[in-house]
Amino acid sequence: MKHLTEYRDAEQARRLVAEIARVVTRPWAIMEVCGGQTHSIIRNGIDQVLPPEVELIHGPGCPVCVTPLEVIDRALAIAADPRVIFCSFGDMLRVPGSRENLFAVKGRGGDVRVVYSPLDAVKLARQHPDREVVFLAIGFETTAPANAMAVKLAKQEGLHNFSMLVSHVLVPPAIEAIMRSPGNRVQAFLAAGHVCSVMGTWQYPPLADCFRVPIVITGFEPLDLLDGIRRTVIQLEQGRHEVENAYARVVNERGNEPAQAVINEVFTPHDRAWRGIGTIPDSGWSLSAAYRGFDAEERFAVAGITTTESPLCKSGEVLKGTLKPNQCPAFGKECTPRRPLGATMVSGEGACAAYYNAGRFLEVTSGGSGTP
Amino acid sequence: MCLAVPGQVESIHEENGTRMGRVNFGGVVKEICLAYLPDIAVGDYTIVHVGFAISRIDEASAQQTLRTFAEIGLLEEALEELRAGDEADALGG
Ligand code: SF4
Repeated sequence: MKHLTEYRDAEQARRLVAEIARVVTRPWAIMEVCGGQTHSIIRNGIDQVLPPEVELIHGPGCPVCVTPLEVIDRALAIAADPRVIFCSFGDMLRVPGSRENLFAVKGRGGDVRVVYSPLDAVKLARQHPDREVVFLAIGFETTAPANAMAVKLAKQEGLHNFSMLVSHVLVPPAIEAIMRSPGNRVQAFLAAGHVCSVMGTWQYPPLADCFRVPIVITGFEPLDLLDGIRRTVIQLEQGRHEVENAYARVVNERGNEPAQAVINEVFTPHDRAWRGIGTIPDSGWSLSAAYRGFDAEERFAVAGITTTESPLCKSGEVLKGTLKPNQCPAFGKECTPRRPLGATMVSGEGACAAYYNAGRFLEVTSGGSGTP
Repeated sequence: MCLAVPGQVESIHEENGTRMGRVNFGGVVKEICLAYLPDIAVGDYTIVHVGFAISRIDEASAQQTLRTFAEIGLLEEALEELRAGDEADALGG
C-alpha cells in the first residue's frame, strides 16, 4: 500500500485528503471514466488513502478494453488477407479475439505493423500503392482528431488503397448508459481530461442536469485526481450537480474547434457495441457518407462476422462498476495479462490489468468469516 | 493508448499541405501534426496524442506531467509508443 509521504508533493496531497475527510459525512460512489485515471489511481494507491466513505468505481474509459470482440475478429480476418498491410496501435495486438490475436496472424506471416500515429499508416499507403493498407481506428474523442485527419488526407491525396476499420466510442453516451443501467451505483463522475481537451466541456451540463449528477473534469496526476475527488465530494455533500473544470490548465469550455470541425466532416454518430456492456445508441462514430469509400468493413466484406463473448469473463460488470476486478473468479487464475480472457486484462489502462500489476489480489473485507 | 504526452515544439514546416512540426519529448524528437493548433509557435509546449498536438500547455505543467509519467512508470511506455512509428517506417522501407 502506498502512503501519502511517497507522493512528490506530499504536503499538498495530505491537505487535499484532509479536506476530503473533513467534508465527507456519508458514503459516495464516484466513477473515474478514463483508463489513464484508473491506471494512475491504482499505481498511486489513491483509492487507499481516501476516507472509507469515498469509493472509486473504475469506468469504461479504456478504448482497447471496450472494443468489441467482433471488431477484433473482423480485424483478424482483414489482417490475414495477403494483399493487406494491417496497421494498429501497439496495445491492440495482444487483445484476444474469439480464437487468436493479431500477434498470431503476424506470426503466420500476416503483414501486421504497429504504428504510433494513423499518419504512419497513410505514409505506408503512399509508399505501397500496390498493397491495401488498413488502419484499425479505435479510440475515444481524444484519438478521433488524428484518425479523422488520416482519412481526410488519404482522400485529398486520392490514396484509394487506404481504408479504416472504425470502432470509435464516445464518453457522454456512456455516462448516460451507466446512469440509466439498472442497479447503477454511480453518484458522480470524474470526466476524462484529455477527452475534454478535444471536445471541451459544453457537452456535459445537460447530462449533469438530467441525471442530477456532478461531473468534474479531472486530470490524471495524483494531485489532479485528489483535487477532482475533493471538488466532487463537496458538490455531493452540498447536494449540487454541476460541471466543474478541475483541469483548466489543459481544458476549456469550447475545446479544440479545428479538431471538432474535421471530426464532424469525417465522422457521423453511430450505434456502437461496447465489449462487456452491449450496444449503446449513438455511442460512437463511423465514417460519414462522404468518406464511406474508405470503410474497411465494406471493402473487405467483414460486416457479417459476429461473435459472442466468453461467459467466464465478467468485464462487463467491472466496466459498469458493479464488480471489482479481483472479485472476478477468473482474476489471476484463468485470466492474467499473459493470457487475458477479457480486454480489461490486456491493456495497462484496463481495470483488471491495473489491479493485477499492482498486486491487488485479495479483496480485504471487514467481518469476513474465520476472523476471530 | 489514451495517454497524451507533453512536448516542446522545436520547428514547424509544411508537408503535403499539412502543418507539421518537430516536437521534443524529454529527448525523443518526433514529427508531429500541428494542424489542430494553428497558433502554436516554436518553443511552445503542447500535449500530443498519437502524433497530433491537441492542446497547448504551459511549460511548468508540461514538466510536471513528464515527471509524473516517469514516477508512475508510464514514461517508458509512452516513449516506446513514440518509437513504434519509426519501426513501421523501417519495415516499410
Ligand atoms: S479478470 Fe479477466 S476474466 Fe475477469 S473480468 Fe477481468 S478480464 Fe474478464
